[in-house]
Amino acid sequence: MAATLKDATAIVGIGQTPFARQLPASEKTLACRAILAALDDAGIPPSEVDAFASYTMEETDEVEIAKAIGAGDVTFFSQVGYGGGGSCATIAHLALAVATGQATVGVAWRSRKRGSGPRPWRNTRTQLPTPGQWTRPYGLLRPADEIAMLARRYMHEYGATRDHLFNVALACRNRANQNPAAMMYERPLTREMYMDSRWISEPLCLFDNCLETDGALACVVVSARRASDCRRRPVYVHAVAQGLPAQHHGMVNYWTDDPLTGPSWTAARHLWKNADFGPQGVDVAQIYDAFTPLIPLSLEGYGFCGRGEGAAFSEGGALEIGGRLPINTAGGGLSEAYVHGFNLINEGVRQLRGSSTAQVPDATTCLVTAGEGVPTSALLLRS
Amino acid sequence: MSSIMRGTTDNGPLLPVPDEDGAPFWEFAARGELGVQFCAGCHEPRFPPRPCCPRCQSFDSEWRATSGRGRIWSFVRPHPPLLPAYADQAPYNVIVVELADDPRIRLVGNLVAAPDAALDSVDPARLRIGAPVVVAFTELAEGVTVPRWLLERP
Repeated sequence: MAATLKDATAIVGIGQTPFARQLPASEKTLACRAILAALDDAGIPPSEVDAFASYTMEETDEVEIAKAIGAGDVTFFSQVGYGGGGSCATIAHLALAVATGQATVGVAWRSRKRGSGPRPWRNTRTQLPTPGQWTRPYGLLRPADEIAMLARRYMHEYGATRDHLFNVALACRNRANQNPAAMMYERPLTREMYMDSRWISEPLCLFDNCLETDGALACVVVSARRASDCRRRPVYVHAVAQGLPAQHHGMVNYWTDDPLTGPSWTAARHLWKNADFGPQGVDVAQIYDAFTPLIPLSLEGYGFCGRGEGAAFSEGGALEIGGRLPINTAGGGLSEAYVHGFNLINEGVRQLRGSSTAQVPDATTCLVTAGEGVPTSALLLRS
Repeated sequence: MSSIMRGTTDNGPLLPVPDEDGAPFWEFAARGELGVQFCAGCHEPRFPPRPCCPRCQSFDSEWRATSGRGRIWSFVRPHPPLLPAYADQAPYNVIVVELADDPRIRLVGNLVAAPDAALDSVDPARLRIGAPVVVAFTELAEGVTVPRWLLERP
């Protein structure tokens, strides 16, 4: 029998802390709270946890977490690189470990006090070696600047406008306005506010950028067989993928033949190859949104539309509830919380449990993506 | 410790910290030339520089001066919050230039009114994708020369 990951594992528990610009607790405490909440949600005692996965940028490690929550003997642990590109890969690695018998109960988590902490780009020491020597001296300092460069070219090549980027920001904000846990729950956004807001890096304005958040989230992954005994309805991991394209350069992808196709294209090809359905079978999507231009690029990469059509896809309320593809139904990184995309995974699970605050009726399939513009990852979930 | 090792001057602009592969670029720049790495085996240019050729895997490479001409491929105008040396000039421009010699080679830089002029010295209305530009050089700090770009038709 050929080994397959398809529906072999399930997410059976999700947990999270409150999200805020500043929380008093440490990242370690927040991580423990989110993980214990996820285990309680699953109905699995912490002593049964034997696998961990997180991000290389995660500041809390397996040793600290395992001994704090009271995990048992741990037989699998992994970390994935490239910031928000690693979010879905944490679940993918746990699914691989559980499906191949390396572990039985896996926990993935992200805890980050990005709201309280310094802005990462202010640390010039770690950024100046390659490829910093080719960009930083010229004042291309922040991820927002690097993505804005691609966004300007994208707008030039395909006729995309700021209104298209506003469509993305608005869809996320509208969903956040339905989600009491979202940082922007009581803060509606209008087109006037968007168009009049201050620039961060032209052509990107304040509302094209994600939030700065303190918070933590976690998921529990077990085998499909075990999942049927858990407290909640299982959400199956239908397919997973990571993506690092040939000749890719990260957010400064200016040095490849075709800078406007990125890691999403690579992850998508692998994802759909291993799935029972294609883009047209996706009921709801949680698409990584550190910056609004990542949405049109991802829509193209994952095959919801053709090359250069991602911006136009957003017209006519397509990304809203009832539209062609409702996205980021808890508000996403733009309006719920920016925790390196882990909140998109938890919301994907809620949609397939039928418990989202912006529920897509009868949703049975959900695409969750990690960051476009960096080596990435993606999950197809189904109920 | 020299300023180039620190990677920044006191609240000044960030200075390039070359690695082994990139060092020749900065040696060319110090001579007022825009150098690009080529594979010595299959003669393909590559940027950023790296130890071996992704096409033929040869570890032999050579550096050649280019014409220093190109076109603006894209541009941004950063606004604060920024590091102090950049906030002082904001909003300024950062451009990506595709080289006339090989449009697949693209360099990040700044469009300025004169080689030593500030990063905000060009009227933003002049920023246009496709505009022809020509390289110039400025000494950012003692012994550290970086390329700048001037409009070919100012």
